[in-house]
Amino acid sequence: MKEITMVQAICDGLRLALESDSRVLILGEDVGKNGGVFRATDGLWEKFGDERVIDTPLAESGIVGTSIGLTVNGFRPIAEVQFMGFIYPAVEQIVSHAARLRTRTQGAYPASLVVRIPYGGGIRAPELHCDSTESLFVHVPGLKVVTPSTPREAKGLLLAAVQDPDPVLFLEPMQLYRSIKEEVPEGWFEIPIGQARKVLDGEDITLISWGTMVPVAEKAAREWEKKGVFCDLIDLRSLSPLDEETIIASAKKTGRVVIVHEAPRTLGLGAELTALINEHAFLYLEAPVARVTGYDVPVPMFALEDDFRPDVQRVSESIRQVVSF
Amino acid sequence: MIEQLRRDCIRHLSPDGTLTETGKEIWNRLDRDRKKNFFQWMTLVRHFDRRMILLQRQGRIGTYAPLEGQEAAQVGSALALQRKDWIFPSYREHGVAMIAGMPLSQILLYWMGRVEGCKAPEGVRIFPPSVPIATQIPHAVGAAWGFKLKKEDGVAVAYFGDGATSEGDFHEACNFAGVFQVPVILFCQNNGYAISVPFSRQSASKTVAEKAKSYDFPGIRVDGNDVLAVYDVMLQAIERARARKGPTLIEAVTYRKGPHTTADDATRYRPQAEVNEWVHQKDPLLRYTRLLKNEGLLTGKEEKEWEQTCKEKLDLAIIEAEKFPPAPPEHLFAHVYGNLPSNERKQRQELVQKRDRV
Repeated sequence: MKEITMVQAICDGLRLALESDSRVLILGEDVGKNGGVFRATDGLWEKFGDERVIDTPLAESGIVGTSIGLTVNGFRPIAEVQFMGFIYPAVEQIVSHAARLRTRTQGAYPASLVVRIPYGGGIRAPELHCDSTESLFVHVPGLKVVTPSTPREAKGLLLAAVQDPDPVLFLEPMQLYRSIKEEVPEGWFEIPIGQARKVLDGEDITLISWGTMVPVAEKAAREWEKKGVFCDLIDLRSLSPLDEETIIASAKKTGRVVIVHEAPRTLGLGAELTALINEHAFLYLEAPVARVTGYDVPVPMFALEDDFRPDVQRVSESIRQVVSF
Repeated sequence: MIEQLRRDCIRHLSPDGTLTETGKEIWNRLDRDRKKNFFQWMTLVRHFDRRMILLQRQGRIGTYAPLEGQEAAQVGSALALQRKDWIFPSYREHGVAMIAGMPLSQILLYWMGRVEGCKAPEGVRIFPPSVPIATQIPHAVGAAWGFKLKKEDGVAVAYFGDGATSEGDFHEACNFAGVFQVPVILFCQNNGYAISVPFSRQSASKTVAEKAKSYDFPGIRVDGNDVLAVYDVMLQAIERARARKGPTLIEAVTYRKGPHTTADDATRYRPQAEVNEWVHQKDPLLRYTRLLKNEGLLTGKEEKEWEQTCKEKLDLAIIEAEKFPPAPPEHLFAHVYGNLPSNERKQRQELVQKRDRV
């Protein structure tokens, strides 16, 4: 097995999807000749041609809207929206149509499509290129929302998303595109949507995170390991649906939970996770569930990005508070 | 003819029921059945519409969007399509839906608040009505694109109103259609008003049709109350699309005689003289009935008989829709996902338990 980056793993997954199923199309801005602004579709246009890897006009609603039409006529589009901060023109198509088409057509037209969206900060990108608004979409019934945190996870989750009968938003943590290399199986493999991943096994405290924040949480956990505090670190991978079983079992086991996410705190997914833990593991808790999150301010320009995003120090401090409660 | 930009309206049948020279040519090409078809469908659509308003007043259906006045635009365009073609309607296209093969009882169910009314029977290629304005137009472009990629000769049609042309999705869809040269027909029923706002407040363009110029495909303006002209223009657009010559924007100039929906009072924003003119002088069904009678293809007796048939069809459809078994509450969860996730299974269980306790 070769060691590759996340963006290479995504490209490999896309290539396999195009090879294995003639109904699969890739469409978006700059996905063709340019190979994507992050090179996630590098070489695919040359290999599969202009009718399978399609550069579209610069119009997010048009990209998702025509993708929905393509599903109706037998295709399985993988649409790319260049940055999460640019998804908003497509929200109506995603929320009013893709998410509810299966219900509205009573199962006849399920809008089986994937929307790939680079998200989150950490790469000193320009203004509005760093949003992490996953909660908007997790809140919408009918959608699935997943995000990987390693190259292997990225490929396996992407191939599961392509096979999934429902519309899947595939959030790609830009910060992790090239920061980690990992051995990734060469052929087709899928990581089931709806199952969290246990990154670390520990008895003392549960850390829950996803996407860009998983390596941050892991570093904090490693620090505490040296002091004899062992973290049960869960990478959610699937934000919708949630792997409730794994979350609840871990909360019951440790009685202490810290949730780490990049999105602003109010109504971030941490709020839902806290409620879930209260509903199912309240009597097991030794301390209030804590959240380490972005602040409730507009995602800043990059000069203050590091102050906005949770870092190892903040996570570590939160662990200290929860352990010593 | 269709290739040029025109601000004038194509019309072949005058309000008094007489044909122009071109109208006569078109008329002579049509077989007797088709000639009668136009009348039969327009009559059925009108009776359906009037009955729906009564049902709404009686509380038997919910808020309803009437279409009276727009029968020719819908019937003329829909009859030009084939079963293989895809239709993406807005919420006022009941006439189009029935011609596409939606059973009347299904259309009724939709307005009774039943999601089952969204579902077309197997092989009927019409999407559920799109409620958010203009959002169905990109779907039509996508479906048409699918035909092109599969090298099939189907076409897709988006139906929308004049208000929709102000939305971004109209522009994005037109733009995609032009760039990718897909076999789509963008069929605008310009009925003059988006609820209360007149077209002059929607756009500084004098017509919808001329907007096509900026996407480099033909835009054509047709008298939407002349069923023959609509049918003929639609046939030409379909022929272009099937021949891989790309999209066409059709603006059918028409008028909704009634309110936007049964919840709206149109007298607040439309001058009575204007309404009167459209109702009494430009009515699409009256115009076509005159022609049929002049041509000796319809007698007063036949007209009455067909109206009776329409009434009976509607009576049956209403009975069928009203006896459609109520959905159990857990039907809420029936089609949310391909496989219902465990959290939703729990919620469904909560709902079922609540019902069983009652």
